[in-house]
Amino acid sequence: MSDFTSEFWSWFIIAIAGGGIVWLFYLLRGTNKADTEAGVPTGHVWDEDLQELNNPLPRWWLFMFYFTIFFAVGYLILYPGMGSFKGILGWTEVGEYEAEVAAADAEFGPLFAQFEQTPVAELASNEAAMNAGERLFVNYCSVCHGSDARGAPGFPNLRDNDWLYGGAPDQIEASIMHGRTGAMPSWEAPLGGADGVDKVATYVMSLAGRDVDETVAAAGKEKFDMFCVGCHMPDGTGNVALGAPNLTNNIWLYGGSPRSIKESIAKGRSGSMPAHSEFLGKAKSHILAAYVYSLSHKTD
Amino acid sequence: MSGIQDKVETKVGVLIVLSLVVVVWGGLAQIVPLFFQHSTTEPVDGLKPYTALQLEGRDIYIREGCVGCHSQMIRPFRAETERYGHYSVAGEFIYDRPFLWGSKRTGPDLHRVGGRYSDEWHRVHLINPRDVVPESIMPSYPWLEENALDSGDIQTKMTTLVVLGHPYSDAEIEAAPATLEGKTELDAVVAYLQSLGLHVKQRR
Repeated sequence: MSDFTSEFWSWFIIAIAGGGIVWLFYLLRGTNKADTEAGVPTGHVWDEDLQELNNPLPRWWLFMFYFTIFFAVGYLILYPGMGSFKGILGWTEVGEYEAEVAAADAEFGPLFAQFEQTPVAELASNEAAMNAGERLFVNYCSVCHGSDARGAPGFPNLRDNDWLYGGAPDQIEASIMHGRTGAMPSWEAPLGGADGVDKVATYVMSLAGRDVDETVAAAGKEKFDMFCVGCHMPDGTGNVALGAPNLTNNIWLYGGSPRSIKESIAKGRSGSMPAHSEFLGKAKSHILAAYVYSLSHKTD
Repeated sequence: MSGIQDKVETKVGVLIVLSLVVVVWGGLAQIVPLFFQHSTTEPVDGLKPYTALQLEGRDIYIREGCVGCHSQMIRPFRAETERYGHYSVAGEFIYDRPFLWGSKRTGPDLHRVGGRYSDEWHRVHLINPRDVVPESIMPSYPWLEENALDSGDIQTKMTTLVVLGHPYSDAEIEAAPATLEGKTELDAVVAYLQSLGLHVKQRR
Protein backbone atom coordinates (compact mmCIF):
# COMPACT_ATOMS: atom_id res chain seq x y z
CA MET A 1 0.00 0.00 0.00
CA SER A 2 1.24 3.43 -0.89
CA ASP A 3 2.05 5.81 1.92
CA PHE A 4 -0.14 8.45 0.27
CA THR A 5 -3.74 8.77 1.37
CA SER A 6 -4.67 8.96 -2.31
CA GLU A 7 -2.79 8.08 -5.48
CA PHE A 8 -3.58 11.60 -6.63
CA TRP A 9 -0.63 12.85 -4.58
CA SER A 10 1.77 10.56 -6.34
CA TRP A 11 0.70 11.94 -9.71
CA PHE A 12 0.72 15.46 -8.25
CA ILE A 13 4.41 15.11 -7.39
CA ILE A 14 5.20 13.55 -10.76
CA ALA A 15 3.43 16.41 -12.52
CA ILE A 16 5.24 19.12 -10.54
CA ALA A 17 8.68 17.56 -10.78
CA GLY A 18 8.36 16.29 -14.35
CA GLY A 19 6.63 19.44 -15.51
CA GLY A 20 9.38 21.55 -13.97
CA ILE A 21 12.05 19.64 -15.84
CA VAL A 22 10.18 19.89 -19.15
CA TRP A 23 9.59 23.60 -18.65
CA LEU A 24 13.26 24.27 -17.89
CA PHE A 25 14.23 22.30 -20.99
CA TYR A 26 11.83 24.41 -23.06
CA LEU A 27 13.30 27.64 -21.67
CA LEU A 28 16.84 26.49 -22.41
CA ARG A 29 15.90 25.57 -25.95
CA GLY A 30 14.54 29.11 -26.29
CA THR A 31 17.94 30.67 -25.59
CA ASN A 32 19.60 28.31 -28.07
CA LYS A 33 17.46 29.23 -31.04
CA ALA A 34 19.35 29.64 -34.24
CA ASP A 35 17.42 32.86 -34.80
CA THR A 36 18.80 34.42 -31.61
CA GLU A 37 21.40 36.60 -33.19
CA ALA A 38 24.34 38.06 -31.35
CA GLY A 39 24.37 41.84 -30.96
CA VAL A 40 20.62 42.49 -31.29
CA PRO A 41 19.41 44.86 -28.56
CA THR A 42 16.36 43.94 -26.46
CA GLY A 43 15.22 47.52 -26.44
CA HIS A 44 16.16 48.16 -22.79
CA VAL A 45 18.25 51.28 -22.40
CA TRP A 46 19.67 52.75 -19.21
CA ASP A 47 21.71 55.83 -18.59
CA GLU A 48 21.12 57.16 -22.09
CA ASP A 49 23.19 54.65 -24.04
CA LEU A 50 23.62 51.46 -21.95
CA GLN A 51 21.80 48.72 -23.86
CA GLU A 52 20.87 45.11 -23.04
CA LEU A 53 21.67 42.64 -25.80
CA ASN A 54 19.88 39.36 -26.42
CA ASN A 55 22.92 37.15 -27.02
CA PRO A 56 22.61 33.37 -26.83
CA LEU A 57 24.20 31.69 -23.77
CA PRO A 58 27.80 30.58 -24.19
CA ARG A 59 27.89 26.92 -25.21
CA TRP A 60 29.79 25.64 -22.14
CA TRP A 61 27.29 27.33 -19.89
CA LEU A 62 24.33 26.00 -21.83
CA PHE A 63 25.73 22.48 -21.62
CA MET A 64 26.04 22.75 -17.86
CA PHE A 65 22.32 23.46 -17.72
CA TYR A 66 21.62 20.52 -20.01
CA PHE A 67 23.76 18.37 -17.76
CA THR A 68 21.67 19.28 -14.69
CA ILE A 69 18.56 18.18 -16.57
CA PHE A 70 20.23 14.95 -17.63
CA PHE A 71 21.37 14.38 -14.02
CA ALA A 72 17.87 15.03 -12.66
CA VAL A 73 16.26 12.58 -15.05
CA GLY A 74 18.87 9.92 -14.27
CA TYR A 75 18.50 10.49 -10.53
CA LEU A 76 14.73 10.25 -10.62
CA ILE A 77 14.95 6.96 -12.55
CA LEU A 78 17.48 5.43 -10.14
CA TYR A 79 16.25 6.80 -6.79
CA PRO A 80 12.83 7.40 -5.23
CA GLY A 81 11.46 10.84 -6.01
CA MET A 82 8.65 10.57 -8.54
CA GLY A 83 5.65 10.03 -6.25
CA SER A 84 5.18 6.36 -5.41
CA PHE A 85 7.85 5.20 -7.89
CA LYS A 86 10.61 3.57 -5.83
CA GLY A 87 13.44 4.00 -8.30
CA ILE A 88 15.10 1.08 -10.06
CA LEU A 89 17.93 0.80 -7.50
CA GLY A 90 15.39 0.14 -4.72
CA TRP A 91 17.32 2.47 -2.38
CA THR A 92 15.67 3.46 0.90
CA GLU A 93 16.97 5.39 3.90
CA VAL A 94 15.98 2.54 6.23
CA GLY A 95 17.60 0.03 3.88
CA GLU A 96 20.87 1.96 4.02
CA TYR A 97 20.68 2.08 7.82
CA GLU A 98 19.99 -1.64 8.05
CA ALA A 99 22.90 -2.39 5.72
CA GLU A 100 25.16 -0.32 7.98
CA VAL A 101 23.94 -2.22 11.05
CA ALA A 102 24.27 -5.58 9.28
CA ALA A 103 27.86 -4.76 8.27
CA ALA A 104 28.71 -3.86 11.88
CA ASP A 105 27.01 -7.02 13.17
CA ALA A 106 28.99 -9.12 10.71
CA GLU A 107 32.22 -7.49 11.93
CA PHE A 108 31.58 -7.39 15.67
CA GLY A 109 28.91 -10.07 16.06
CA PRO A 110 31.26 -13.05 16.45
CA LEU A 111 33.34 -11.18 19.03
CA PHE A 112 30.24 -10.21 21.02
CA ALA A 113 28.98 -13.79 20.80
CA GLN A 114 32.30 -15.07 22.12
CA PHE A 115 32.28 -12.55 24.98
CA GLU A 116 28.72 -13.49 25.78
CA GLN A 117 29.71 -17.15 26.22
CA THR A 118 32.65 -16.30 28.47
CA PRO A 119 31.89 -16.30 32.21
CA VAL A 120 32.02 -12.85 33.84
CA ALA A 121 34.98 -13.58 36.11
CA GLU A 122 37.06 -14.79 33.16
CA LEU A 123 35.89 -11.96 30.90
CA ALA A 124 36.97 -9.44 33.55
CA SER A 125 40.61 -10.29 32.86
CA ASN A 126 40.19 -10.20 29.06
CA GLU A 127 41.81 -6.96 27.97
CA ALA A 128 39.90 -6.60 24.69
CA ALA A 129 36.58 -7.20 26.40
CA MET A 130 37.39 -4.71 29.15
CA ASN A 131 38.37 -2.04 26.61
CA ALA A 132 34.98 -2.56 25.02
CA GLY A 133 33.39 -2.62 28.47
CA GLU A 134 34.94 0.69 29.42
CA ARG A 135 33.58 2.35 26.29
CA LEU A 136 30.15 0.87 26.85
CA PHE A 137 30.26 2.00 30.47
CA VAL A 138 31.20 5.56 29.58
CA ASN A 139 28.45 5.62 26.97
CA TYR A 140 25.57 4.07 28.90
CA CYS A 141 26.37 4.07 32.62
CA SER A 142 28.57 7.04 33.42
CA VAL A 143 25.70 9.52 33.40
CA CYS A 144 24.58 8.20 36.81
CA HIS A 145 27.56 6.21 38.09
CA GLY A 146 30.17 8.72 36.96
CA SER A 147 32.84 8.34 34.28
CA ASP A 148 35.18 7.06 37.01
CA ALA A 149 32.42 4.69 38.28
CA ARG A 150 32.63 6.26 41.74
CA GLY A 151 28.98 7.28 41.65
CA ALA A 152 27.37 10.30 43.25
CA PRO A 153 25.11 10.77 46.27
CA GLY A 154 22.18 8.48 45.54
CA PHE A 155 23.98 6.71 42.70
CA PRO A 156 26.16 3.82 43.84
CA ASN A 157 29.93 3.77 43.69
CA LEU A 158 30.84 0.67 41.68
CA ARG A 159 34.50 0.47 42.73
CA ASP A 160 34.15 -0.07 46.47
CA ASN A 161 33.00 -3.73 46.40
CA ASP A 162 30.01 -2.80 48.53
CA TRP A 163 26.82 -4.03 46.90
CA LEU A 164 23.17 -3.21 47.51
CA TYR A 165 21.98 -6.14 45.42
CA GLY A 166 24.99 -8.39 45.53
CA GLY A 167 28.34 -8.35 43.76
CA ALA A 168 28.34 -11.86 42.33
CA PRO A 169 28.56 -11.88 38.52
CA ASP A 170 24.98 -12.97 37.94
CA GLN A 171 23.68 -10.50 40.52
CA ILE A 172 25.45 -7.65 38.74
CA GLU A 173 24.17 -8.83 35.40
CA ALA A 174 20.62 -9.07 36.74
CA SER A 175 20.86 -5.51 38.06
CA ILE A 176 21.89 -4.26 34.62
CA MET A 177 19.40 -6.33 32.62
CA HIS A 178 16.31 -6.01 34.77
CA GLY A 179 16.93 -2.92 36.84
CA ARG A 180 16.44 -2.49 40.59
CA THR A 181 14.04 -0.50 42.67
CA GLY A 182 14.99 0.32 46.22
CA ALA A 183 12.61 1.88 48.68
CA MET A 184 13.37 3.06 52.19
CA PRO A 185 10.10 4.27 53.75
CA SER A 186 9.81 7.41 55.80
CA TRP A 187 10.25 6.55 59.50
CA GLU A 188 9.74 9.92 61.11
CA ALA A 189 6.21 9.16 62.35
CA PRO A 190 6.75 5.55 63.51
CA LEU A 191 9.89 6.59 65.40
CA GLY A 192 8.00 9.33 67.20
CA GLY A 193 9.41 12.40 65.50
CA ALA A 194 12.84 13.99 65.39
CA ASP A 195 13.91 12.63 68.76
CA GLY A 196 13.37 9.03 67.70
CA VAL A 197 15.14 9.68 64.41
CA ASP A 198 18.11 11.14 66.33
CA LYS A 199 18.38 8.04 68.50
CA VAL A 200 18.23 5.57 65.62
CA ALA A 201 20.69 7.66 63.59
CA THR A 202 23.07 7.60 66.53
CA TYR A 203 22.79 3.82 66.81
CA VAL A 204 23.32 3.44 63.04
CA MET A 205 26.50 5.50 63.31
CA SER A 206 27.68 3.28 66.15
CA LEU A 207 27.09 0.25 63.90
CA ALA A 208 29.50 1.81 61.43
CA GLY A 209 32.08 2.08 64.19
CA ARG A 210 31.83 5.79 64.76
CA ASP A 211 32.20 7.43 68.16
CA VAL A 212 28.77 8.20 69.57
CA ASP A 213 27.02 8.78 72.87
CA GLU A 214 26.49 5.23 74.14
CA THR A 215 23.27 5.94 76.04
CA VAL A 216 21.62 7.58 73.03
CA ALA A 217 22.78 4.69 70.85
CA ALA A 218 21.33 2.18 73.31
CA ALA A 219 17.98 3.97 73.13
CA GLY A 220 18.25 3.92 69.36
CA LYS A 221 18.99 0.19 69.36
CA GLU A 222 15.60 -0.52 70.94
CA LYS A 223 13.83 1.23 68.12
CA PHE A 224 16.20 -0.26 65.52
CA ASP A 225 15.36 -3.77 66.75
CA MET A 226 11.69 -2.93 66.45
CA PHE A 227 11.54 -1.23 63.06
CA CYS A 228 14.75 -1.67 61.06
CA VAL A 229 15.90 -5.27 61.45
CA GLY A 230 13.34 -6.57 58.94
CA CYS A 231 15.41 -5.22 56.07
CA HIS A 232 18.77 -4.23 57.56
CA MET A 233 19.05 -7.44 59.69
CA PRO A 234 19.68 -7.54 63.44
CA ASP A 235 23.42 -6.97 63.00
CA GLY A 236 22.84 -4.14 60.48
CA THR A 237 24.59 -5.90 57.60
CA GLY A 238 21.63 -5.46 55.27
CA ASN A 239 19.97 -7.79 52.82
CA VAL A 240 20.90 -8.00 49.14
CA ALA A 241 17.55 -9.60 48.31
CA LEU A 242 15.85 -6.32 49.24
CA GLY A 243 18.63 -3.93 48.33
CA ALA A 244 18.85 -2.96 51.99
CA PRO A 245 22.31 -1.49 52.50
CA ASN A 246 24.89 -2.79 54.91
CA LEU A 247 25.05 -0.18 57.70
CA THR A 248 28.21 -1.45 59.34
CA ASN A 249 30.87 -0.58 56.74
CA ASN A 250 30.70 3.23 56.87
CA ILE A 251 29.80 3.41 53.17
CA TRP A 252 26.84 5.72 52.63
CA LEU A 253 24.88 5.95 49.41
CA TYR A 254 23.15 9.18 50.43
CA GLY A 255 25.96 10.66 52.48
CA GLY A 256 27.32 9.70 55.89
CA SER A 257 27.00 12.99 57.72
CA PRO A 258 24.65 12.89 60.76
CA ARG A 259 22.34 15.20 58.88
CA SER A 260 22.19 12.97 55.78
CA ILE A 261 21.64 9.84 57.85
CA LYS A 262 18.84 11.51 59.79
CA GLU A 263 17.28 12.67 56.56
CA SER A 264 17.42 9.15 55.12
CA ILE A 265 15.66 7.80 58.20
CA ALA A 266 13.12 10.58 58.56
CA LYS A 267 12.12 11.10 54.93
CA GLY A 268 13.01 7.76 53.40
CA ARG A 269 14.86 7.22 50.13
CA SER A 270 14.03 5.63 46.85
CA GLY A 271 16.57 4.54 44.30
CA SER A 272 15.91 3.21 40.88
CA MET A 273 18.18 1.49 38.41
CA PRO A 274 16.40 1.29 35.03
CA ALA A 275 16.24 -2.04 33.18
CA HIS A 276 18.57 -2.25 30.19
CA SER A 277 17.86 -5.66 28.64
CA GLU A 278 15.73 -4.25 25.86
CA PHE A 279 18.03 -1.36 25.03
CA LEU A 280 21.43 -3.03 25.40
CA GLY A 281 20.64 -6.70 24.82
CA LYS A 282 22.28 -9.71 26.44
CA ALA A 283 25.79 -9.44 25.04
CA LYS A 284 26.44 -5.82 25.99
CA SER A 285 24.86 -6.31 29.42
CA HIS A 286 27.16 -9.28 29.95
CA ILE A 287 30.27 -7.30 28.95
CA LEU A 288 29.18 -4.44 31.19
CA ALA A 289 28.62 -6.83 34.08
CA ALA A 290 32.18 -8.10 33.59
CA TYR A 291 33.52 -4.55 33.45
CA VAL A 292 31.68 -3.54 36.61
CA TYR A 293 32.87 -6.76 38.27
CA SER A 294 36.45 -5.98 37.24
CA LEU A 295 36.31 -2.53 38.89
CA SER A 296 36.33 -4.09 42.35
CA HIS A 297 38.14 -7.33 41.50
CA LYS A 298 41.47 -6.20 40.17
CA THR A 299 43.37 -9.24 38.95
CA ASP A 300 46.76 -7.60 38.49
CA MET B 1 11.93 41.70 -27.69
CA SER B 2 9.14 39.18 -27.44
CA GLY B 3 5.66 40.12 -26.27
CA ILE B 4 5.65 37.80 -23.24
CA GLN B 5 8.91 39.08 -21.83
CA ASP B 6 7.70 42.62 -22.31
CA LYS B 7 4.54 41.90 -20.34
CA VAL B 8 6.30 40.16 -17.50
CA GLU B 9 8.85 42.92 -17.11
CA THR B 10 6.43 45.81 -17.26
CA LYS B 11 3.34 44.48 -15.42
CA VAL B 12 4.27 44.25 -11.74
CA GLY B 13 1.26 42.08 -10.86
CA VAL B 14 2.19 39.45 -13.44
CA LEU B 15 5.81 39.53 -12.27
CA ILE B 16 4.77 38.95 -8.64
CA VAL B 17 2.44 36.07 -9.53
CA LEU B 18 5.03 34.33 -11.71
CA SER B 19 7.78 34.89 -9.10
CA LEU B 20 5.55 33.24 -6.50
CA VAL B 21 5.00 30.25 -8.78
CA VAL B 22 8.76 29.84 -9.13
CA VAL B 23 9.32 30.13 -5.37
CA VAL B 24 6.59 27.64 -4.35
CA TRP B 25 7.25 25.15 -7.16
CA GLY B 26 9.61 22.91 -5.20
CA GLY B 27 7.53 23.23 -2.03
CA LEU B 28 4.44 22.04 -3.88
CA ALA B 29 6.16 18.72 -4.52
CA GLN B 30 8.17 18.46 -1.28
CA ILE B 31 5.90 19.91 1.40
CA VAL B 32 2.24 19.73 0.34
CA PRO B 33 2.05 15.91 -0.07
CA LEU B 34 3.39 15.43 3.50
CA PHE B 35 -0.05 16.41 4.73
CA PHE B 36 -1.52 13.48 2.82
CA GLN B 37 0.78 10.62 3.85
CA HIS B 38 -0.05 7.91 6.39
CA SER B 39 3.43 7.90 7.93
CA THR B 40 3.42 11.64 8.65
CA THR B 41 -0.18 12.10 9.79
CA GLU B 42 -0.96 9.04 11.91
CA PRO B 43 0.43 8.32 15.39
CA VAL B 44 2.57 5.24 15.94
CA ASP B 45 0.93 2.40 17.90
CA GLY B 46 0.23 3.32 21.48
CA LEU B 47 1.09 7.01 21.18
CA LYS B 48 -1.13 9.18 23.39
CA PRO B 49 -1.32 12.95 23.61
CA TYR B 50 0.68 14.41 26.50
CA THR B 51 -1.03 14.36 29.87
CA ALA B 52 -1.72 17.70 31.52
CA LEU B 53 1.46 17.42 33.61
CA GLN B 54 3.61 16.39 30.63
CA LEU B 55 2.11 19.19 28.56
CA GLU B 56 3.06 21.76 31.21
CA GLY B 57 6.53 20.21 31.37
CA ARG B 58 6.85 20.53 27.64
CA ASP B 59 5.96 24.22 27.82
CA ILE B 60 8.62 24.73 30.49
CA TYR B 61 11.10 22.82 28.31
CA ILE B 62 10.30 25.37 25.59
CA ARG B 63 10.44 28.31 28.03
CA GLU B 64 13.88 27.33 29.31
CA GLY B 65 15.20 26.94 25.78
CA CYS B 66 16.22 23.30 26.19
CA VAL B 67 15.75 22.84 22.45
CA GLY B 68 18.70 25.16 21.86
CA CYS B 69 21.13 22.51 23.08
CA HIS B 70 19.16 19.25 22.90
CA SER B 71 17.74 17.73 19.76
CA GLN B 72 14.85 15.27 19.76
CA MET B 73 15.58 13.53 16.50
CA ILE B 74 17.61 10.35 16.28
CA ARG B 75 18.82 9.92 12.74
CA PRO B 76 19.00 6.49 11.09
CA PHE B 77 22.75 6.03 11.56
CA ARG B 78 24.21 3.19 13.60
CA ALA B 79 26.33 5.61 15.65
CA GLU B 80 23.14 7.31 16.82
CA THR B 81 20.97 4.27 17.36
CA GLU B 82 23.72 2.58 19.41
CA ARG B 83 23.83 5.56 21.72
CA TYR B 84 20.23 6.68 21.87
CA GLY B 85 18.04 3.82 20.67
CA HIS B 86 15.77 3.31 17.67
CA TYR B 87 15.83 6.12 15.12
CA SER B 88 12.93 8.59 15.28
CA VAL B 89 9.94 8.17 12.97
CA ALA B 90 7.44 10.84 11.90
CA GLY B 91 4.44 9.18 13.57
CA GLU B 92 5.99 9.77 17.02
CA PHE B 93 5.63 13.55 16.70
CA ILE B 94 1.91 13.71 15.83
CA TYR B 95 1.08 15.32 19.19
CA ASP B 96 4.06 17.70 19.18
CA ARG B 97 2.90 21.19 18.26
CA PRO B 98 5.38 22.47 17.44
CA PHE B 99 7.82 19.56 17.30
CA LEU B 100 11.09 20.11 19.17
CA TRP B 101 13.48 18.31 16.87
CA GLY B 102 16.07 21.03 17.33
CA SER B 103 19.10 21.41 15.12
CA LYS B 104 22.03 21.53 17.52
CA ARG B 105 23.47 19.09 20.03
CA THR B 106 25.50 20.84 22.66
CA GLY B 107 23.98 18.22 24.94
CA PRO B 108 22.79 14.77 23.94
CA ASP B 109 19.67 13.97 21.97
CA LEU B 110 16.67 13.53 24.26
CA HIS B 111 14.17 11.80 22.03
CA ARG B 112 14.49 8.44 23.82
CA VAL B 113 15.43 9.72 27.26
CA GLY B 114 12.10 8.47 28.67
CA GLY B 115 12.77 5.71 31.19
CA ARG B 116 16.52 5.83 30.61
CA TYR B 117 17.27 7.40 34.00
CA SER B 118 15.34 7.44 37.24
CA ASP B 119 13.07 10.33 38.20
CA GLU B 120 15.42 11.05 41.06
CA TRP B 121 18.35 11.33 38.69
CA HIS B 122 16.46 13.91 36.63
CA ARG B 123 15.61 15.91 39.74
CA VAL B 124 19.18 16.02 40.97
CA HIS B 125 20.50 16.66 37.49
CA LEU B 126 18.15 19.54 36.67
CA ILE B 127 18.82 21.27 39.97
CA ASN B 128 22.56 20.96 39.53
CA PRO B 129 23.94 18.76 36.73
CA ARG B 130 27.41 18.66 38.35
CA ASP B 131 26.00 16.67 41.27
CA VAL B 132 25.73 13.60 39.07
CA VAL B 133 27.88 14.41 36.04
CA PRO B 134 30.94 16.35 37.23
CA GLU B 135 32.06 17.05 33.65
CA SER B 136 28.70 18.53 32.63
CA ILE B 137 28.50 22.02 31.11
CA MET B 138 24.72 22.15 31.33
CA PRO B 139 23.34 25.14 33.26
CA SER B 140 21.57 24.55 36.57
CA TYR B 141 17.83 25.07 36.79
CA PRO B 142 17.29 25.29 40.57
CA TRP B 143 14.18 27.46 40.30
CA LEU B 144 12.21 24.60 38.73
CA GLU B 145 12.05 22.94 42.14
CA GLU B 146 10.93 26.13 43.88
CA ASN B 147 8.32 27.31 41.37
CA ALA B 148 4.83 25.94 41.87
CA LEU B 149 3.27 24.92 38.59
CA ASP B 150 0.96 27.58 37.18
CA SER B 151 -2.02 25.51 36.10
CA GLY B 152 -4.32 28.41 35.30
CA ASP B 153 -4.46 27.93 31.55
CA ILE B 154 -4.11 24.16 31.21
CA GLN B 155 -7.73 23.70 30.14
CA THR B 156 -7.39 26.41 27.49
CA LYS B 157 -4.26 24.72 26.18
CA MET B 158 -5.99 21.35 26.01
CA THR B 159 -9.16 22.62 24.33
CA THR B 160 -7.00 24.42 21.76
CA LEU B 161 -5.17 21.19 21.06
CA VAL B 162 -8.51 19.39 20.66
CA VAL B 163 -9.30 21.81 17.85
CA LEU B 164 -6.02 20.78 16.23
CA GLY B 165 -6.98 17.11 16.51
CA HIS B 166 -5.55 15.88 19.82
CA PRO B 167 -8.03 13.34 21.24
CA TYR B 168 -8.47 14.69 24.79
CA SER B 169 -11.79 13.67 26.29
CA ASP B 170 -13.98 16.17 28.13
CA ALA B 171 -13.36 14.23 31.32
CA GLU B 172 -9.58 14.54 30.90
CA ILE B 173 -9.84 18.28 30.36
CA GLU B 174 -12.20 18.55 33.33
CA ALA B 175 -9.76 16.69 35.58
CA ALA B 176 -6.61 18.39 34.30
CA PRO B 177 -6.20 21.17 36.91
CA ALA B 178 -6.61 18.66 39.73
CA THR B 179 -3.74 16.53 38.38
CA LEU B 180 -1.46 19.57 38.55
CA GLU B 181 -2.32 20.36 42.15
CA GLY B 182 0.72 20.70 44.38
CA LYS B 183 3.18 19.98 41.56
CA THR B 184 6.32 21.98 40.94
CA GLU B 185 7.74 22.92 37.59
CA LEU B 186 10.41 20.30 38.21
CA ASP B 187 7.75 17.58 38.52
CA ALA B 188 6.30 18.65 35.19
CA VAL B 189 9.62 18.69 33.34
CA VAL B 190 10.58 15.27 34.72
CA ALA B 191 7.17 13.86 33.75
CA TYR B 192 7.63 15.25 30.25
CA LEU B 193 11.16 13.90 29.85
CA GLN B 194 10.15 10.47 31.12
CA SER B 195 7.39 10.31 28.48
CA LEU B 196 9.71 10.88 25.53
CA GLY B 197 10.23 8.27 22.86
CA LEU B 198 8.71 5.27 24.62
CA HIS B 199 6.61 3.96 21.74
CA VAL B 200 9.22 2.72 19.32
CA LYS B 201 11.53 0.12 20.82
CA GLN B 202 14.98 -1.01 19.88
CA ARG B 203 14.85 -4.49 18.37
CA ARG B 204 17.46 -6.76 19.92
